Amino acid sequence: MRITQGTFSYLPELTDEEITSQLGYALGRGWAVSVEFTDDPHPRNNYWDMWGLPMFDLPDAAGVLHEINECRRACPDRYIRVCAYDSRLGRQTVTLSFLVNRPAAEPGFRLGRQEGADRRVRFTIHPYALDRPAGTRYSP
Amino acid sequence: MTDRWSAGVLHYAEMGYWQPDYVPKPSDLLAAFRVTPQAGVPPEEAGAAVAGESSTATWTVVWTDRLTAYDHYQGKCYSVEPVPGRDDQYIARVAYDLDLFEEGSIANLSSSIIGNVFGFKALRALRLEDMRIPPHYAKTFQGPAHGIVMEREYLNKFGRPLLGATVKPKLGLSARNYGRVVFEALKGGLDFTKDDENINSQPFMRWRDRFLHCMEAVGKAQAETGEIKGHYLNVTAATMEDMYERAEFARELGSVIVMVDLTAGYTAIQSMARWARRNGVLLHLHRAGHSTYTRQKEHGVSFRVIAKWMRLAGVDHLHAGTVVGKLEGDPGTVAGFYDTLRCHQAEPDPAKGLYFEQDWVSMPGVMPVASGGIHAGQMHQLLHYLGEDVILQFGGGTIGHPQGIAAGATANRVALEAMVKARNEGRHLLAEGPDILRAAAKHSRELDMALSTWGDVTFDFESTDTPDVTAVPTRGGA
Repeated sequence: MRITQGTFSYLPELTDEEITSQLGYALGRGWAVSVEFTDDPHPRNNYWDMWGLPMFDLPDAAGVLHEINECRRACPDRYIRVCAYDSRLGRQTVTLSFLVNRPAAEPGFRLGRQEGADRRVRFTIHPYALDRPAGTRYSP
Repeated sequence: MTDRWSAGVLHYAEMGYWQPDYVPKPSDLLAAFRVTPQAGVPPEEAGAAVAGESSTATWTVVWTDRLTAYDHYQGKCYSVEPVPGRDDQYIARVAYDLDLFEEGSIANLSSSIIGNVFGFKALRALRLEDMRIPPHYAKTFQGPAHGIVMEREYLNKFGRPLLGATVKPKLGLSARNYGRVVFEALKGGLDFTKDDENINSQPFMRWRDRFLHCMEAVGKAQAETGEIKGHYLNVTAATMEDMYERAEFARELGSVIVMVDLTAGYTAIQSMARWARRNGVLLHLHRAGHSTYTRQKEHGVSFRVIAKWMRLAGVDHLHAGTVVGKLEGDPGTVAGFYDTLRCHQAEPDPAKGLYFEQDWVSMPGVMPVASGGIHAGQMHQLLHYLGEDVILQFGGGTIGHPQGIAAGATANRVALEAMVKARNEGRHLLAEGPDILRAAAKHSRELDMALSTWGDVTFDFESTDTPDVTAVPTRGGA
């Protein structure tokens, strides 16, 4: 399966040129860009590992792309996302977040059914990859 | 003074309700009314009558006024201006002291401002156009249970409008079939599906069965996409007890959102907003019935006032127009509704129908919902007119797709993401939109089919609710 989190998951994977263009948009609006990676793609996993701090003082898209590529080299089998952050009063949240790397194979999620009384069922989802220890989840 | 208090009938203007020199206090609540007086009634008297009948006045002098600091409680009409191009209509502005209103109560606020006065015989028609809610009063309301920022963080969805669809046909499906539509639409790429306003608990599908099937569909779609999904479970019912029972069941099943209809009433909506805040469940409001009093320009209440009240009341979502779809919506007027729901500070803007400044003093924004006769082929216009913090709901435009519901959902999601990407790249949406869509359709058969099915469907009718400033040049040119 293909996880469709992020702003552009229904489009073909973005080229580096297209990524640079999105970075230019974010930086041009004064948003700080950061790079994050994970091997736990549960949609409620908010806290991916940070590839360094958000680049508050970096105005140059090429510099951000360099960091993305460094992260890709270090974690080729993880999900990597780029986040743009707007610190303006009233916003103070992520404003753009898209994937720039995926594991070669995405095994997807198991649907858990917790059956209760009165036909009540609580559904949970569990990434199959989490059945393996952290660090080896998407290794061949 | 003797005349003012003699028994009998006086003009409202002579009773203190017309005060052209009055300077509104920062804490005053201000209202702008469109007044159409009966023939022979001077505009100032009509404005004073509105101020009087929406505050302390009755039709005759009463000595009991003198037991009060009456001038404090009187509504004060401080300005009456003719509407450009209309010789029978005036905009009357009225200031009300804060003491006239109970803290945090839309029911009290609306009973005061739109109570008896709208049936007043000396006026042919009356419309409440806009209000300024002073920070002192705004701060007595809960405001949105979560608001736009929290909703996005909760759903883990950023940088693009959200997508939804209302299940169709809206009446008659069994719970099992209904859940099928939800599953297909969410799996295909929508973020939300929605009960329609009149889906409550009917013989063909009782609420509990619907909730169970819809939540199975939501759970399965989450597993197939790795995204958080939601279905607006409509908890509208005859009593608050029923509504709470349904909302609590939705929460127990793990729903991220419930829904209520405007027809349930302001107090029920405020109660549900409190419940939603306490329980961490988003609250969607469907504006069922609003067009009966918001659409006609001469009489009723503008939707921008309803939008303002509902932000105070505390909903997270509110339907606010599409501009390009099948339902009423002039672009400037709709922009005014969207600003009212989303902005933290608004300035008066005649082109958007905004009469007053409004400071929301950090009250979170409401996510506007665009729904009704929109489709993937209009994506560039939707993004251009409505912006990013909006939920685009394609009911027919999802379910009517020739390859099925999931394909319809995918078509919409591909079109949306392609358009956001193009906008961020600096492309001109209105000029290049159709090209951007055609290019995106090259890698999406679903979008290709959607464009060839609905590509050129438009709803090009004149709006009835338009700002006066754009009405003027049209009139002059005619």
